[in-house]
Amino acid sequence: MSIVPAIRVRGVVKRFADLEVLSGIDLDVPRGHVTCLLGPSGSGKSTLLRCVAFLEETSDGFIEIDGEPLGYGLGPDAKRMRLAASSIRAVRSKIGMVFQQFNLWPHMTALGNVAEALVTVRRLSRRQANEQAMAQLEKVGLSQRASHYPGELSGGQQQRVAIARALALEPRIMLFDEPTSSLDPELTGEVLNVMRSLAETGMTMLVVTHEIGFAASVATKIVFLDHGRLLVEGAPGDVFSKPRHPRIDQFLDTYLDRGAAGLI
Amino acid sequence: MNLLAYLSGEDGRNILSGLLNTCLLWAVGSGLGTIFGFLIAVARRYGPRPLDYLLQAGVEVIRGTPFLVQIYLLYFGGPYLCLSLGEASACLTLDPLEAGILGLSVYGAAYYSELFRAGFDAIPRGHIEAATTVGLNRWQTLTRIILPEMTMLVLPSMVNMTILMLKETAVLSIISVKELKFQVDIIGNRDYAFVESFTILALVYWALVEVCGVLGRAAERRLSRYRFAHS
Repeated sequence: MSIVPAIRVRGVVKRFADLEVLSGIDLDVPRGHVTCLLGPSGSGKSTLLRCVAFLEETSDGFIEIDGEPLGYGLGPDAKRMRLAASSIRAVRSKIGMVFQQFNLWPHMTALGNVAEALVTVRRLSRRQANEQAMAQLEKVGLSQRASHYPGELSGGQQQRVAIARALALEPRIMLFDEPTSSLDPELTGEVLNVMRSLAETGMTMLVVTHEIGFAASVATKIVFLDHGRLLVEGAPGDVFSKPRHPRIDQFLDTYLDRGAAGLI
Repeated sequence: MNLLAYLSGEDGRNILSGLLNTCLLWAVGSGLGTIFGFLIAVARRYGPRPLDYLLQAGVEVIRGTPFLVQIYLLYFGGPYLCLSLGEASACLTLDPLEAGILGLSVYGAAYYSELFRAGFDAIPRGHIEAATTVGLNRWQTLTRIILPEMTMLVLPSMVNMTILMLKETAVLSIISVKELKFQVDIIGNRDYAFVESFTILALVYWALVEVCGVLGRAAERRLSRYRFAHS
């Protein structure tokens, strides 16, 4: 593990009106590894991920991406200060994000979705952008579907296009927000396979998931959140093997009931 | 009853010129209404809060009163609405066609703006977040993502509203805009041939509505590939 973590989270608090969703999170996400965020619904794991993507503004604390502050830094008076929009854009460009609901743009083909930011943000010519987008679609096994609209693709295919769209901008870090939660079990596999092969290339990944099997077999670090606090973190072997934290025992029971016993 | 007799000679020419004026009012009124409506929707969404309230009040007034009353007030009340700056003063004195176009555009804008507002709201937040995470700025997100998505969401309602706009043009005959209803009224009054003349009127409006409907359906077919897959 290198000295500067890919993502460093320090004392992050997030409040929505009266509700405190994150109550002071400290977390290091190591470079080149897969880190999985687990926890029950409402534990704040998706909110934490969205804060790292700067889709939510933190109420307190700091987040650093590759050692650079995201959104908030220390001002000259050593107080927490919002950074310039240009700095936010620059730091955010290191991050790719994949959503639970895929969020493909329905008026563009699969190729158009992947090529869009290459043209509008990277200023490539349409031809160059399409070539690069096609290469990304090939990586997720969908070059045959390039000219299809999202409405003509299965959920699993849509999510793979969404992964290709994020990868096209060559991010250093990929965030996944419950990428398989709106897929039926048959389609979950094809998305997890793409994520597995991405992990093998050494991509830094932070994954919010309910796929305990995936977490146990692919992640090098498991982080368990409960009620907005970081409860346990460690290697999957340490977190999942007995004796376990009683809260994790309770959480895992629901999965063991559903026949996932063999995976853990 | 001889409908065809009215379609030739002097009467035919008058009906044709009325039809052309109706089409002009319809096209310009719907076009300007769409543009103003869009600007109102954008201003209400992205502009300051007081502007939103002001525009909302305007939309409520237009939607809450009959078009007949609005056009009367604009045409007959306009000349009393004067702005004076020192020596110079200007009043809102419009000829019938100008009043017709302005009134129809404002009336349409109120309704179109509500369609666009609903269209904005119907775009899933995640589609905009996805644009943000790949680095699109606000303007790029508006032009590349929000506008195209909104267009396909509001198209069926826009066709509907545009059909209503055609039928509202008939109201303009009361301020003596020389459109279709105005010309047909003249013939009907002259010959006491109300059934004949209004049958012609109904058939012509219906034909125009059908043309609009066919165009709308063709556009919807083109856009139907972009159906939302989920959510």
